[in-house]
Amino acid sequence: MTAPVLTPTPRQRSGRVRAGTQSSSRRRRQDWSGYVFLLPWFGGMLFTIVPFLWSLYLAFTDYNLLNPPEFSGLTNIKRMITDTTLHHSLGVTFLYTFISVPLSLIAALGVAVLLNKGMSGLKIYRSVFYLPSLIGSSVAVVMLWRAIFGADGIVNDLLATLGIQHTQSWIGSPDTALGVLITLNVWTFGAPMVIFLAALRQVPAAYYEAAALDGASRWRQFRSVTLPLISPVIFFNLILAVIGSMQTFTQGYVVSNGTGGPSNSTLFYNLYLYQQGFTSFDMGYASAMAWLLLLVIAAFTAINFIGQKYWVYYEN
Amino acid sequence: MKTDQQSRPVAPQRTTTKAPPRRSTLPALDRFGLSSRRVFVRHVAACGIGIILLYPLLWMLSSSVKPDGLIFTDSSLWPSEFDFSHYSDGWVALDHPFGLYLVNSLIIVVLSIIGNVISCGMAAFAFSRLQFVGRKAFFAIMLGTLMLPSHVLLVPQYVIFSNLGWLNTYLPLVVPAFLASNAFFIFLMVQFMRALPKELDDAARIDGCGNYRIFLSIVAPLCVPAFATTAIFTFIWTWNEFFSPLLYLTSPELYTVPLALRQFMNAEGLSSWGQIFAMSTLSLAPVIGFFIAGQKYLVDGIATTGIK
Repeated sequence: MTAPVLTPTPRQRSGRVRAGTQSSSRRRRQDWSGYVFLLPWFGGMLFTIVPFLWSLYLAFTDYNLLNPPEFSGLTNIKRMITDTTLHHSLGVTFLYTFISVPLSLIAALGVAVLLNKGMSGLKIYRSVFYLPSLIGSSVAVVMLWRAIFGADGIVNDLLATLGIQHTQSWIGSPDTALGVLITLNVWTFGAPMVIFLAALRQVPAAYYEAAALDGASRWRQFRSVTLPLISPVIFFNLILAVIGSMQTFTQGYVVSNGTGGPSNSTLFYNLYLYQQGFTSFDMGYASAMAWLLLLVIAAFTAINFIGQKYWVYYEN
Repeated sequence: MKTDQQSRPVAPQRTTTKAPPRRSTLPALDRFGLSSRRVFVRHVAACGIGIILLYPLLWMLSSSVKPDGLIFTDSSLWPSEFDFSHYSDGWVALDHPFGLYLVNSLIIVVLSIIGNVISCGMAAFAFSRLQFVGRKAFFAIMLGTLMLPSHVLLVPQYVIFSNLGWLNTYLPLVVPAFLASNAFFIFLMVQFMRALPKELDDAARIDGCGNYRIFLSIVAPLCVPAFATTAIFTFIWTWNEFFSPLLYLTSPELYTVPLALRQFMNAEGLSSWGQIFAMSTLSLAPVIGFFIAGQKYLVDGIATTGIK
């Protein structure tokens, strides 16, 4: 009814229509090829999202792989509450995380600061320090650590030359075995160090000049200029390191031949999970344990994100 | 430390420029305002740390060519007596010659590299340079999977692979690489592709190129550094990977290098450390070789994305 007024002239109409179809068909073509390029990833998501939901279901079942999963309500959760070995393995993992993460981040930051200014051959140092973190969780290096900290290993040799007689195996004693794995983890501080180094190079030199003019000592400059400016990167490294060390497996497995010994002192949470799921074939319980780990990691990450308000400084 | 305390009341630059005549024999300050003595101290400290870090590896290398009796008694790094028999003995000490395990690992590594570069490259191209409905949501999901601990997926994935009849084959180790399942690599490539000028795509589009052609002829060749980083990281991670092969491989003839190395602990007890060190050295050599060849990519890669 309003047609006569609103109908565009033929030329206008054809122009608009053509432009419209062109852009929408072009967008559609783009849509389509976007999905084609994502096809492998969609396939991968199928192998991620389906297992993700399924493992939540399995956490409430009794499942040994041979018979179909049997819904068991809260049985697994009740069992987790009373399973003292599980509590112990969680304790081992926490102890490992709380000691080795701060130590390795402090070492990483210290060495990054050492290398940051005026060092020739920086790239060589950077690479040498980074190398351990590439191989730190390889079986070869864990076995090497076992030899170094064994009863007649070089650590005891070294102590003997210093006049300290220590003839016991560090790796064979429940009191020290975890400490040996902590040194192994601290040895791999190179990865966060490289990230710190990249961040330190972003700090404008003018800030230090200004601070120096105000009479700030080097320590004060570090505390009041460097630390706040790189705090987002400290936060990033902290999150990554905590998530990584909560999932430690190979070190505990190799050093104890899969037992978590001596006296469960290297029974990391994931090692216990592996034992439950793949040696006892108690897959429902293993799924419940995996979800507990997910919740613990999520809680740590959330605490870190809440805590960052008090110490992480964003310039914007 | 001492110089810090001395210079506290005054600006450090001024103290150092006002250096007393006895220090004037030293070369001038470098551009960071550090005296060459301070730089020297830093070099000494850095070298010391480097030696401590490398010492265990050098000790392993030297122990692999020492006669058994000397490994734990002669602590010098340069062996007083060379004995290469650990290499020949260790090579045949397990059920199969060590070369088989090296080849097995190599097969898995090469397939994983091909899979990761192709599938993650495609996903990164879609996320960084194409417009389509749901792109942002998919990208958020992809970033979310970065944080997901793999153990949550462990049991169901094992069950799926078991139902597919893939247990004790290389499929569970290799197929995920072809499905862009490592979000780190997608993220790394997205960061890289975003930096390429959009005008390149537009110009190619005007010349009549479709998106597939743009990916293959324009974006992919420019992304060779990102692909190289992905390839090197895939090599090192897959080569070292212990958990998945432990889970999925049961026949010794399919074992990868880490599984074979672990067998030394079971089969030989702790008596043959020389052979263990020899085979460990062999197993680390490709990783260290790749690291030396690709260290620029690797170190820059983690500096920009935080991959470890």
